[in-house]
Amino acid sequence: MQIYLPIAEMSLDIFLLLALGTGVGFLSGMFGVGGGFLLTPLLILIGVPPAVAVATQANQVVASSVSGVLGHWRRDNVDFKMGFVLLIGGFVGSTAGVALFGLLRRLGQIDLVIGLLYVVLLGLIGALMMIESLGSILRRRHRAVAPRKLHQHIWLHGLPFKMRFRKSRLYISALLPLVVGFFVGIVSALMGVGGAFILVPAMIYILGMPTMVVVGTSLFQIIFVAANVTLLQSVQNQTVDVVLALVLTVGGVVGAQIGSRVVAKLPADQIRVLLAALVLVVGAVLAWELVATPESIYSIALVGEPR
Amino acid sequence: MTGRDRPLPYRTVALLLIALFALAGSQGRPALAAPLIADLSNHLIAITTGFAGTDVLMFGATDGPGDIIVTVRGPLTDVSVRRKERVAGIWVNRDSLTFGLVPSFYAVASSRPVEELLTPELLQRQQVGESNLALIRPEAKPTKVEEFRQALLRVKEEQGLYSPTLGKVSFLGNQLFRTELRFPSNVPIGSYLVEVMLIRDGKLVSAQTTPLVISKTGVGAEIFQFAHTQSLAYGISAVLAALLLGWFAYLIFRKI
Repeated sequence: MQIYLPIAEMSLDIFLLLALGTGVGFLSGMFGVGGGFLLTPLLILIGVPPAVAVATQANQVVASSVSGVLGHWRRDNVDFKMGFVLLIGGFVGSTAGVALFGLLRRLGQIDLVIGLLYVVLLGLIGALMMIESLGSILRRRHRAVAPRKLHQHIWLHGLPFKMRFRKSRLYISALLPLVVGFFVGIVSALMGVGGAFILVPAMIYILGMPTMVVVGTSLFQIIFVAANVTLLQSVQNQTVDVVLALVLTVGGVVGAQIGSRVVAKLPADQIRVLLAALVLVVGAVLAWELVATPESIYSIALVGEPR
Repeated sequence: MTGRDRPLPYRTVALLLIALFALAGSQGRPALAAPLIADLSNHLIAITTGFAGTDVLMFGATDGPGDIIVTVRGPLTDVSVRRKERVAGIWVNRDSLTFGLVPSFYAVASSRPVEELLTPELLQRQQVGESNLALIRPEAKPTKVEEFRQALLRVKEEQGLYSPTLGKVSFLGNQLFRTELRFPSNVPIGSYLVEVMLIRDGKLVSAQTTPLVISKTGVGAEIFQFAHTQSLAYGISAVLAALLLGWFAYLIFRKI
């Protein structure tokens, strides 16, 4: 059954979209990542214009983050103070990101930049996950357990404007979360992802937050950044397709709930290897699209409104 | 709801009326006040959710023998043509030129090959044929402008919005004519101009312009309109809808 997407100005099979949303939601429920970094390129692969895929995905991220953060809040795993500081950086970053998005679109380079960012980040994250998960499988076989500190103190923690974050048990410079939030905001606007897959490692390794509160706090701040991106994309680029977002969200929340229930019963590190492989495959397909000789080297774009 | 669904009654009635007209004329003096009268079976094409392209019938009568050329021009826009080049192994948009007054849709139909009917100068003045479209050319090297102009026409043809072949105008007797105008599913919305020209002995005897409107209707059209005219309100609604949806999802699944 075809459904007409009014902003993308094309028709797609509603069941294909629901299946995509459910599948990616399932993975996100299993692995605790937002899933946007898989869904957006998949949408582009089935023909949704990249600009629409990115902006719409931000809208879908709002819905999935809200449903996630409520669960974490109930378990008291959200550091609101840290969330707000990240948020200030995130707002500035995402505003800059959307402006950059519009500029690149006018220059005709937005598809290229989105493609490149995806190839680089998917490649990096896929490779890191692959190494990490293979490593943990090997470690389990060899039963070697290295003792670890709660967190390392590095020069970054000596910066001024120190602030106390009670829930995260941290006393660090407010500049750190501000800068982290800023960069995640830019990436979020350009790639249409929540940015959890960058934010979560940054919170653990750069800020030194305890893993318990990381996911809830990152989801909390992502709601606002993604809402900001949705709003700005709507105003500046008119590329948010609410029909597409609705269909994807319905599939996504169902999939996420199933995923989070299934994951408890499976060997986690082996599934992480599979996810890493999937991430790498998506990255490779997108990389191929960039280097393969296009059917036509000319493309046209309307400038301004019809007269 | 397209021309395809119900062209027959329109067509029959229209043709009958014209036939009567012409018959009445042929018995006495010419009945047609003007040398050329033409109309469309449909002046509004509605693009709905299931739109798959449509045909519109153009029909008319002349006051005597002659040839007919019909051109269809969509709304005019500025169009950027971009050329990809390989940079460090990756295909990147490099050069771009912008042409003005480009019809978003263009088609020609005629009763004989147009070159046999009019001189090249007249064809150009009347904008008959893709190569005679009066585009505003950008300022650049003429060979480059020409290369990009050709590419523009080629991409438009690939999109099915320009038609490289000539449509057929057929005559019934020597006064009544008709032709089917084909509009594909991706036809751009806006106001179209259908121009009919009567040619006799290499001269343009008469011309008539008929408007045709193509517009979206239904929920999709309203959403598109909302997003483009009140984009702030649209963005706020999109965010609120997502917040509510996320909250509902949490409530539903907390119970399960």
